[in-house]
Formats: sequence, structure tokens, C-alpha cells
Amino acid sequence: MNVLLASLPFYPLVSFLLLIVFGKKLSWQLAATISVSSMAIAALVSAMLLVDLSVSQHQVMTVNLWHWFDLTNEAGNAEVNVRFYLDGLSAVMISVVTGVGFLIHLFAAIYMKSDANFSRFMAYMNLFIVAMLILVLADNLVLLYLGWEGVGLCSFLLIGFWYHEKANVLAARKAFIVTRIGDTSMAIGLLLLFTTFGELNIEAVTTLAQQANELTGLENTALADDIYWIALLLLGGAVGKSAQLPLQTWLPDAMAGPTPVSALIHAATMVTAGVYLIARMHGIFLLSPEVMNYVAWLGALTLILAGIAALAQTDIKRVLAYSTMSQIGYMMLALGAGAWSAGVFHLMTHAFFKALLFLTAGAVIYALHHQQNLFKMGGLLKKLPFESGLFIIGLICLMALPGTSGFFSKEAIIAQLWSSETAGPMLWWGAILGALLTSIYSCRLFFLGFLGNARFNENIHPEKSHLLRAALVVLALLSLFGGLINIDLSLVFNAPVTSANEVEPSWLHTVAIITPFIGIIFSWFYFKNYRITHSVSAKYLLQANESKFIVFCRQGLGFDSLYNLLFIKPYQWLAQINKNDIFDQIIMVNVWYVNLWHDALIVVQNGALRWYLAAFGLAIMLLIGVSFL
Amino acid sequence: MTSIPLFHVLILSSLLFAIGFVGVVARKNTLFILMSLEVMLNAIGVAFIGAGSVWQQADGQVMFILILTLAAVEAAVGLALLIRMQKKYRSLDIDLLSQMKG
Repeated sequence: MNVLLASLPFYPLVSFLLLIVFGKKLSWQLAATISVSSMAIAALVSAMLLVDLSVSQHQVMTVNLWHWFDLTNEAGNAEVNVRFYLDGLSAVMISVVTGVGFLIHLFAAIYMKSDANFSRFMAYMNLFIVAMLILVLADNLVLLYLGWEGVGLCSFLLIGFWYHEKANVLAARKAFIVTRIGDTSMAIGLLLLFTTFGELNIEAVTTLAQQANELTGLENTALADDIYWIALLLLGGAVGKSAQLPLQTWLPDAMAGPTPVSALIHAATMVTAGVYLIARMHGIFLLSPEVMNYVAWLGALTLILAGIAALAQTDIKRVLAYSTMSQIGYMMLALGAGAWSAGVFHLMTHAFFKALLFLTAGAVIYALHHQQNLFKMGGLLKKLPFESGLFIIGLICLMALPGTSGFFSKEAIIAQLWSSETAGPMLWWGAILGALLTSIYSCRLFFLGFLGNARFNENIHPEKSHLLRAALVVLALLSLFGGLINIDLSLVFNAPVTSANEVEPSWLHTVAIITPFIGIIFSWFYFKNYRITHSVSAKYLLQANESKFIVFCRQGLGFDSLYNLLFIKPYQWLAQINKNDIFDQIIMVNVWYVNLWHDALIVVQNGALRWYLAAFGLAIMLLIGVSFL
Repeated sequence: MTSIPLFHVLILSSLLFAIGFVGVVARKNTLFILMSLEVMLNAIGVAFIGAGSVWQQADGQVMFILILTLAAVEAAVGLALLIRMQKKYRSLDIDLLSQMKG
């Protein structure tokens, strides 16, 4: 029994319990020490686990904690255990979750120092890490689902952390409900999986599916249908959690939460759970090429639409939110094309640089007295050189300029798209267009925020804490050099679908590499207005474009209003006309019947003595009369 | 001396009883209700006396004395209540005492 693996989720869990039980009684020092050190221990333990895993023979470690329950149906008997399973894929995930999680906890401890509910905040963050670790370590889908719901709950709690403002609460509710749609689809997928295979263990399901495929072939059998639906329903869950089309609307609003939350949950870890799910269930997805194709198309569409929406944003965090959506689109595209390793690799590098971008943005917002509007920033390069430098590092990784971690992972994805059976040249062009959009919106963001005139009046007060800066610097180093980490997932994904039957043109890689530069050159001229320093008289004149099309893009290309029209309005209408619940009325018939008798009998009890006597006499006479008959 | 047949006695008793009962039910004044009750009690007494004289037994007369006592007690208590009622309601209408209605 591997104690290290078994104990991994318990460090943050203990910290969560301490913080939530003692709450406001803890001083800032104590609460920060407990939560951050628990994360430091977890990060160390996962580092040790990585070493253990790389020297172990089977490249897999399992540990059984306890038996949970049994499930039985005619297809089989599944034992659901609390059992952790560590292989290359979950090792990548735990190192991202605990490593980046530790740095973000460190940042958050300083960033949220003055908040009245500091210990509650850190407790939720710890609980999130617990749920996320359970999600990635689960060896069966039920335990995975537990973690899946756990991270959803923590996301809800943390988006609505500042619940005194209505907008935050509404954003939290929206995130919860929208992801719930995906979760429901996933739950149905799990049930279907169980009725089909009689097994919920991920490994066993994969083996069973592949055996069935090898034995009989899956052409047009009922099993093929089942697998198609299972894959589609699981994709529904992944789409909800990972903010992909058509369930992407919650992510931009989720930026209402504190910035460390956006970095940890809505950029680095939770939103990649969908990617993890598909990568984990690749055995099922491989047997259903149609669904793989859908995954790729969904990824590409999200990639492009989110890129367009990011171009029109005025809020620095919303730009990053749309950017996250579009980068997860890349991961989905990679998974759909069968480039599993590349997708997971991009997940890891994206966690590094997007956490860096969010945290730096948080530092900038903090320095500017919680100003998030890009049009009220400007000229920060001179005033906040340290933060600007880190932000540039994050952006060049996002744009995938050669040498950065983003370059390695994104190129790895793009390189496999052209010749993939389930993707192809069209999606390759989609990915290139996405890369172009990425570099354009990154440049726009940088020009607006960091170049040009300073469009604010207040004095800036940057956070000078060394610990906070150290966390940012470590993330920056990871973003720059994380591409050199060579993750070997060939043992996890032993069945590549890429086939070299299509000849790749020789210009593919050149185009992929120069695309970001085209975007930079284009923005250099197109966004000239944002970049140059205006004369003093025009200092505050730079305004956001308010044309109809731009506003349409800013609001996420109309998805919100579409859903409002299609779902929310009809639902509210139904609720309105059914205000006196029709089923309630059926039950109320009983009440009405009882009331009827009550009213009838109350007449008899009139309190008039003479009536009682008359009735008494009448009754006696009746009795005597009856006895005579 | 010709004896009065029992049947006649019972007819008298029933008539008295019916008159008393109608009085109790129909009268609103509580004093008259009490008086009607006396009539009803006496109707019972007549029936006992008649039966006792027919069968030449003393039980009927014993029973009548009991009824007489009961009637006296009832009148005493009833009149006391009547005085309270008159003080409280300034009226003897029995229908005023209907607080126990459902």
C-alpha cells in the first residue's frame, strides 16, 4: 500500500477542516500558514510520487483505500471502491493541480490578506484541491464523478465569494446551472456505460470495449450504438465543465470571483477537467470516430468564436477568460484528432502561463484599486515594470512564440491535425486562424493595458511582498521552460489513430510558426491608436468602440441572449402561468372536501341549547319508534 | 272505589311530559324552561304513583319522593344560575348562552 498516494488528498482536506471549523478565530498568519503549507506538502508528495512512478516497473500505481459499494445488474457486478490510480496522465494532472495550486495559494494568501472572510476563502480553495485530486486520481467513474461535482460546488462557492453583490451571486448561479446541464449528461452517460458493460472501473471498461471490438468488430452492432451514445454523453459533461460550445456562456461571468480563483479554477485546473475526462476515457472515444470528429469540430469552433469575442472585450479578466476558452478549444481539437499526448501537454503548459497571466492581471488590478477596464489603464509598462515583464512572458507563451512552452505544446497539436483521420486540413486551418486571433487579441490587450497614455488618475500601489513576487517568478519560469518537460504518455495512450496516409505539404510547419508573427505585425499597425502616446489634451479620449457588431462580440456573440430567448424566457413563462402549481391543486381537492364537511357540520354545533334538546327528543322518539317496528 | 286504569294514568303522564318538553324546547325565557322541566318531572312522578297504586306497591311513592327531592335541588341550582345570568346579561334569553358553538 502506497501511503504517499493514499494520503495525497488528505493534506488539503485537513487544512480545509481546520479552517472551516475555526474560521474567523484564526489569525491571518495562522490561516495562511495552514492552507499554504498543506499545499506545499501536497506538492512535495506529488513530486515524490512522480519520481516513484518513473522508476516503477509498470508505470502504474494503485492504492485501495476502502470498499464503497457494489452495483449489480444483468450485465455484471461492479465493485465501486475508493481507489486511487496513478499513471502518466494522472501524474501530469496531480503535478499541475498541486504545483500550480501551491503557487496560487501562496499568491492568494497575500492577495486576499485584507479580506474579512480570509479563512473561508482559503478553506474553499483547499476543498477545491481535494475534489480535483479525487477527480484525477479516481480509478472508477463514480469516484471521478464525486470529484467532478466537488469541483463544481467549489467553483460555485468561490465565484459567489463576495456574495454581497448581486452580480456575483447571479454569475455563481449561472455557472452552477450551466455546468449542471453537462453534469447531468455525464451522469446519464455513466449509467448507460454501466448497463452496457456492467463495469465502472475505467481500466476495465476500456479493456472490455477493446475486446468487444477485436472479437466481433463494431460495425453496425448494438454495442457500437451504445458506445456512440456513451461517448456523446460523456462529451456533454466535458463540454459543460470545460466551457466549450454550446455550454460556454458561464465562464466569462465566472470572472466575478476573486482573481486567484479565476487563475486556479477557471484557467489552470477545473476547466481542464473535461479534457482530462476525454483523455481518460480515450478507449471509448477511439471506438467512436464520429464523436472524435465532433470533439474536434467543437474545439475548433470554440477556439475561433472565443478568439473573436476576446477581441472585443474591455475587461482585462474577460479577455483572459475568452482566451482560456479558446485554448481549451485547442486541447479539445487535439483530443478529437487523436493527439492525446499533445492535448495533455497543452493542458499543462496552459495551466502554467494562464495562471501566470491571471495572477499578474490580479496584481495589476490590485495596484490600480480594482480597476479592470482596459480603457482605464494604459502606460503600465513604465509604472509597473515587474508585473509588465511577467505579463509579457505570459503573453508570448499564449501566442506560442518559438522557444516558449506554449510553442512546444501548440505546435505539437497543430502538427498532428493535418494527417489525422478524425480531423484533417480544414481543422488545421481552423487552428491556424485561432493562433492568428490569439496573437491579435494578446497584442491588443498588451497595447491597451501597458502602452500608450496612462488613463487613470489615482496613484498606483503595487504589492511589494516578496513571497507574492516569488510565486509569480516561479510561474513565469515554468511558462518559459515548461515546454522542455518531456512527458511520456505513450504507455497511457497506446493506440494512436494518426495515420500517414495523407501527404503533408512541406509548408505546414513554416505557416504554423510564422502565424503569430503575422498577428503581431498586423496588430502593430491596426491597433496603432492604442499603442502610441497621445498629446496631453487627448489623454483621456481613448474610448471603446461601441458599434453594434463590437458590442455583439463583446457579449459573447449573442449566445446569452439566444439562450435567454430559447430557454429562460419560456421557462419563466411556464413558471408564471403555473404559479398555482397544477399538481398542488389536485392535492388541494382533499383539503376542499374536508372543508366542505367542516362547514356543513359547524351548522349543527350552533350552541343553542333548545336546538340540542329538540334534536335529543327527536332522536329518542325515533329510537322508540324503531323499536316498536 | 273504582280504580283508574293504568292506561289512563299513562296517557295523562305522557301528555304532561309532552307539554313540558314542548315548553322546554319552545320557550326562550330560562325561567319558563325551568318551570317546564318541573312539569316534565311531575309527569314522571304521576306515572310512578299510578303504577304504584295499580300494583299496590310502595316503590312508586318512594320513587316520587326521590323525584320531588331532585326537582327541589334542580330548582335551587337552576334559580341560582338564573340570578347570575340576569346579573351578567340583563336578560334571561337562553339563546344568549351560545358561546360553545362550533
